[in-house]
Amino acid sequence: MAVTRSQPPVSEQASHPSGDNRFKLLEATMKKHQYRPDALIEVLHRAQELFGYLSNDLLLYIANSLHLPPSRVYGVATFYHFFSLAPKGEHSCVVCLGTACYVRGAAAILAAAEQTLGIRAGHTTPDGRLSLETARCLGACGIAPTVVFDGAITGHQTPEQVQVWLERLKEKD
Amino acid sequence: MDISELLTIAEHERTMRRPTCIRCCTALGCQSAGSLSLKQRLEEAVAEVDRTDIEVIGVGCMGMCGHGPLVRVDPDGVLYEHVHAADAPSIVAALDGGDATAPRGDPQHPFFTLQKRIVLENSGIIDPERIESYIAAGGYQALYCVLHDMTPAEVIDVVTRSGLRGRGGAGYPTGLKWATVAKSHGDRKYVVCNADEGDPGAFMDRSIIESDPHKILEGMAIAAYAVGADQGYVYVRAEYPLAIQRLQRAIAQARRLGLLGAQIFDAGFTFRIDIRVGAGAFVCGEETALMASIEGRRGQPRPRPPYPAESGLWGRPTLINNVETFANIPPIIRNGAEWFAAIGAEHSKGTKVFALTGKIRHTGLIEVPMGVTLRQIVEEMGGGVPEGRVKAVQTGGPSGGCIPAALLDTPVDYESLQRVGSIMGSGGMVVMDDATNMVDVAHFYMEFCKDESCGKCIPCRAGTAQMLHMLNLIRSGQATAADLARLEQLCIMVKETSLCGLGQSAPNPVLSTMKYFREEYEAFVRDEGLAG
Ligand SMILES: Cc1cc2nc3c(=O)[nH]c(=O)nc-3n(C[C@H](O)[C@H](O)[C@H](O)COP(=O)(O)O)c2cc1C
Ligand code: SF4
Ligand code: FES
Ligand code: FES
Repeated sequence: MAVTRSQPPVSEQASHPSGDNRFKLLEATMKKHQYRPDALIEVLHRAQELFGYLSNDLLLYIANSLHLPPSRVYGVATFYHFFSLAPKGEHSCVVCLGTACYVRGAAAILAAAEQTLGIRAGHTTPDGRLSLETARCLGACGIAPTVVFDGAITGHQTPEQVQVWLERLKEKD
Repeated sequence: MDISELLTIAEHERTMRRPTCIRCCTALGCQSAGSLSLKQRLEEAVAEVDRTDIEVIGVGCMGMCGHGPLVRVDPDGVLYEHVHAADAPSIVAALDGGDATAPRGDPQHPFFTLQKRIVLENSGIIDPERIESYIAAGGYQALYCVLHDMTPAEVIDVVTRSGLRGRGGAGYPTGLKWATVAKSHGDRKYVVCNADEGDPGAFMDRSIIESDPHKILEGMAIAAYAVGADQGYVYVRAEYPLAIQRLQRAIAQARRLGLLGAQIFDAGFTFRIDIRVGAGAFVCGEETALMASIEGRRGQPRPRPPYPAESGLWGRPTLINNVETFANIPPIIRNGAEWFAAIGAEHSKGTKVFALTGKIRHTGLIEVPMGVTLRQIVEEMGGGVPEGRVKAVQTGGPSGGCIPAALLDTPVDYESLQRVGSIMGSGGMVVMDDATNMVDVAHFYMEFCKDESCGKCIPCRAGTAQMLHMLNLIRSGQATAADLARLEQLCIMVKETSLCGLGQSAPNPVLSTMKYFREEYEAFVRDEGLAG
């Protein structure tokens, strides 16, 4: 996947295309940093917070606003694990695979989650309902193994507990 | 702000205190076990009995995170563990006699009594969300003293004589680093706090920030004065939202009181601190990669020299230290170099904070004087392995190694750990039991390093991939004894030719497990006679 300039850069069309209020908020962040190129990572964080993921158009828009070549913006966005270039599911389950969790059985937890959902880690269920991810230590190793359900860290997890949570989510509509 | 105003705040805070204080841990570990609603229930329970002599305060980590949520009732020091919100009324009622429904913890357990708290002196005691709480504990007095009574050279001298070494991993003498930055010329200088903490199994820095954020700010300000910087950055990983939030709040509070910003303590000293949030790349903990990331670029290391001390952020002299290193500074200034130098081991002064995790009864955060043995930490403080026996202790994360149970009497200091093929690292300590296969552990770390290699230099990019491939061969029973020898050679090559610390140390977990647990590798190896 490469960023091309086939479409006119969004920022040249209007300051907030589609009247989407989120662009206004993103604009405010860039302004706060005086459109300095070295604020790129902060701006990407904000963009992902607002839009959920970083689409090509969004990356182009940011490149234009900060006067950076798109390759640079794309290069940074892909370098860091935290940035996602594809949409995520409505819900998320992040299994920690850090050392402390690993020695306390994180692999079995991940296997149970993959089995319950029928997807591999790093993927989203076909109905777009849930993304299953892994992390390299959440810094809560004292309560390992840890799993993050929709942003909330829980400790001392077992494969059974995780399965129950995921099943419940599958059934709920 | 002047010193009398600072002391007035401290005095006011102390007189506002109630005779009985119920301390509820609100650091990440306990929060995730429900300590916020517990704290609320405690407050309600106190209001219900209409007792104005009792206060409930949210505090930072008390250490035994695995038994959380923890609550301590002072001044008696009664400790409760695994506390639920429903236990709250009984804890308050127990103040008038009777028993609480929550299990009692043991404050006299070696886990607590063998500690020596310098970095964590306020952790679990003060309210990390209120600057007044830090000031009442003597906070910002070291900064005042430095600005008014000491020259920058004197500050550096104290830090040098204290013997403090960087807690970020390599153990470089802090005073020497400060002196180099102070001597460097630039129109501006920067101070950076490395709070990236990418080592899996380590959470010391997160906990320090969540429990006592002002201490880092004060340590950084003292450093800035010593080296002549006016701008600071804390680089925190995005995975630590609570730490970021507490740090933001602390910076805002310090600015409001004039303890950061222009004209601090009316001493003509200006220092600002901004937060930079990482984005999930382990290599960004490496100092040159970290600086690239602050500049908004890909976090790829560059060759050193030039060192950041001479040419760092935007080409200017930059001091980079770890969170725990900065946290040691205010106590050193307050108590003097000699006091600090009297604690610890010969070449490793002071204490070290460890994140004790893995297959061990009491997991959590401890601070011990350098020189205590691994056995004391694992068996006495950690209570040993719940089922089975200790097989190895992993220190130093992906850059470190596995120390076998037979060497548990090794003291923890920089040199001793290195001698047994591991390192101090940042302080992650993962205990492994008989159920852990050491080839799997090596594989685990190699997978980590391969994923996290920034790809800039070939020995690391291709070497980690190849080592991982070979470990997979071994684990699937397809390797021969010759492959083991090849793996070892590859390890040495990658170690010697990689550009940065990630590649240079990636082979360590393999080398140390091959050294001490060779038979586990050999058990996987195919009979030579069948090869071909
Ligand atoms: C791959 C890699 C990752 C590192 N990660 C960290 C880290 O997370 N935190 C840290 O303080 N130092 C880390 N370091 C060490 C830093 O480069 C640097 O030495 C340290 O921040 C200096 O601070 P100190 O002198 O106070 O120890 C890392 C080094 C390497 C090579
Ligand atoms: S050793 Fe690895 S992480 Fe370091 S610069 Fe080379 S490729 Fe990047
Ligand atoms: S290893 Fe999982 S939280 Fe640290
Ligand atoms: S997080 Fe509460 S005791 Fe450590």
